[in-house]
Amino acid sequence: MRHAYPAWQGRPGPAIRAAKAVALAVVVLLVLFPIWTVVATSLAAPQDVIANGGWVVWPRRITFDAYTEILDGGVVTRALLVSAGVTVVGTALSLTCTVFLAYALSRPGVYGGRPVLLLVLFTFLFPPGMIPLFLVVRTTGLFDQYAALILPFLVNVFNLVVMRGFFQSIPAELLEAARIDGAGDLAMLWRVVLPLSKAVLAVVGLFYAVAYWNRFFEAIIYFNDQSKWPIGTVLRQYVTGGADMTGEAVATAAPQSTQMAVVVLATAPIVVVYPFLQRYFVKGVLTGALKA
Amino acid sequence: MSAIDAPRSSDVGRRPTALTGRDTRRAGRRSRRGHRQRIRRDRLLLLLMVPGVAYFLVFHYGALFGNTLAFLDYVPFLGIAGSEWVGLANFRQMFGDPGFWNAVRNTVVIAALQIVFFFPAPLALALLLHSLVGNVVRRFVQSVVYLPHFLSWVIVVALFQHMLGGAGVVNGWLGDLGLGSLHVIGNPDAYKPLVVVQVLWKECGWATIIFLAALSQVDEQQYEASALDGAGWWRRLWHVTLPGIRPVLVLLLVLRLGEFLDVGFEQFFLQRQAVGPEVGEVLDTFVYFTGFANGEFGYAAAAGLFKGVIGVVLVYTANKVAHRLGEQGVYQR
Repeated sequence: MRHAYPAWQGRPGPAIRAAKAVALAVVVLLVLFPIWTVVATSLAAPQDVIANGGWVVWPRRITFDAYTEILDGGVVTRALLVSAGVTVVGTALSLTCTVFLAYALSRPGVYGGRPVLLLVLFTFLFPPGMIPLFLVVRTTGLFDQYAALILPFLVNVFNLVVMRGFFQSIPAELLEAARIDGAGDLAMLWRVVLPLSKAVLAVVGLFYAVAYWNRFFEAIIYFNDQSKWPIGTVLRQYVTGGADMTGEAVATAAPQSTQMAVVVLATAPIVVVYPFLQRYFVKGVLTGALKA
Repeated sequence: MSAIDAPRSSDVGRRPTALTGRDTRRAGRRSRRGHRQRIRRDRLLLLLMVPGVAYFLVFHYGALFGNTLAFLDYVPFLGIAGSEWVGLANFRQMFGDPGFWNAVRNTVVIAALQIVFFFPAPLALALLLHSLVGNVVRRFVQSVVYLPHFLSWVIVVALFQHMLGGAGVVNGWLGDLGLGSLHVIGNPDAYKPLVVVQVLWKECGWATIIFLAALSQVDEQQYEASALDGAGWWRRLWHVTLPGIRPVLVLLLVLRLGEFLDVGFEQFFLQRQAVGPEVGEVLDTFVYFTGFANGEFGYAAAAGLFKGVIGVVLVYTANKVAHRLGEQGVYQR
């Protein structure tokens, strides 16, 4: 903990250090406290929650009733499974396609590389509008299919550019050595490029996974069949009472602890996975992004 | 964009062909045989491109083509071919529609508020984090403040309701203290500040990443020199830190100005109903409600296309300005 301050700065006075500590504590609390009360409310007994006016900061008795209730094979259970499936399949497909395209475009002088790159980058400037995209999804017959939550978002330009930048930063000598050993383009990808790209794979994979897990709007316009809704869409219904978001109306719907349990379940996978990938953030994001 | 200017000098890793190395490429530009040879040489790489390119062609360029809807009186039953071509009628309707101008006004106001409040906040937080010398504390705070970026808007809105709603935590405290109550959620007057605060809560921490990286690049010797000259904290900030991270500041500002009209869709989609379209409608929700609630697809597509075109113009202009300022911008000239 005793890291030295740079010589030109000197150690700041106690007042400044105290002010900094307070500022940091406030920032951390502003982020964590809302999440904490949601978790606490989801674990509290419904009558305690009602007695306290709709929320608790510290549950007097901890009960998992809210969780057993919603995980008992109902709408929420189904939605969680849908989201998990879409996230796993979608992330795998997205990562594969992104790696393939990024790798091909990272090779110097590849045939058609420049036109393809321009084709891709142009979409960054002019993203598809909601209505035209809706039309494409309908024309391609993706209505009421889980693929409608995946295919329209298969490759993200930003992720692609980040990954390509990362691949390009791999020393050319390594590829040259592999080629001399008789490796083809695929073998080089598999044996040289991918093992060196764990950081960027982790980060881009996380970005894709989070985007798939959090997607809720598309199910509203693409799915007539509500039993196919992912967790985000169900959560919107549960917690916000559909279109009505006036705050007062919420209390009349499902018990608060149940609603908060849905929020927790929709958040949990992200919070669980996140610490493991966090150390890659800076390395993965910046190497590619600053180049772009 | 500079991403295009990949190092093309090296030929390493290319499988040699009959004509080797660079000469193939030069000669190949002209002759059909060279083309065929290069395709043969790169056939595996070309195969790898197929899924990704197909995706962009279908879902991006297909959608681009779908913008023809903006010039049709589109009836889903009749399809694009069967619907009547109405020229610019949808755009004429749009420019005469008070609802549309209301959405434009709200979008511009919210975007301006976002830039004014959102731009300095991550910089301040990054300066604070950068000034910490203890790695443990710093890493902990970073993990915490990055987290909200990964939560979906549904969750963020739910959290805000839980905290600030009529029956929420804050109002509970105020009630206990006998201080009355705060009407934030569902209050049209509080809506614009609320949505800005929500963006701040969700994205401020994440936005520090790029500032922190820039801050770590600032030349230490300049700090030393300025400290020797007796410059205090503010002067060092003004004369060393800010000039040091100027390229990043300009780049981010350009990016943000380029997507000025993209204030975010989901956040507003979730909360528009609670306050009504008068204050809650932005361009994206206008497109959604015109298209999906009123079924006026042609009109909605026109509004979407309008926004897209303005977006391109903004990116272009913002880059021009960045170049004028002697910075790189998003793409190079």
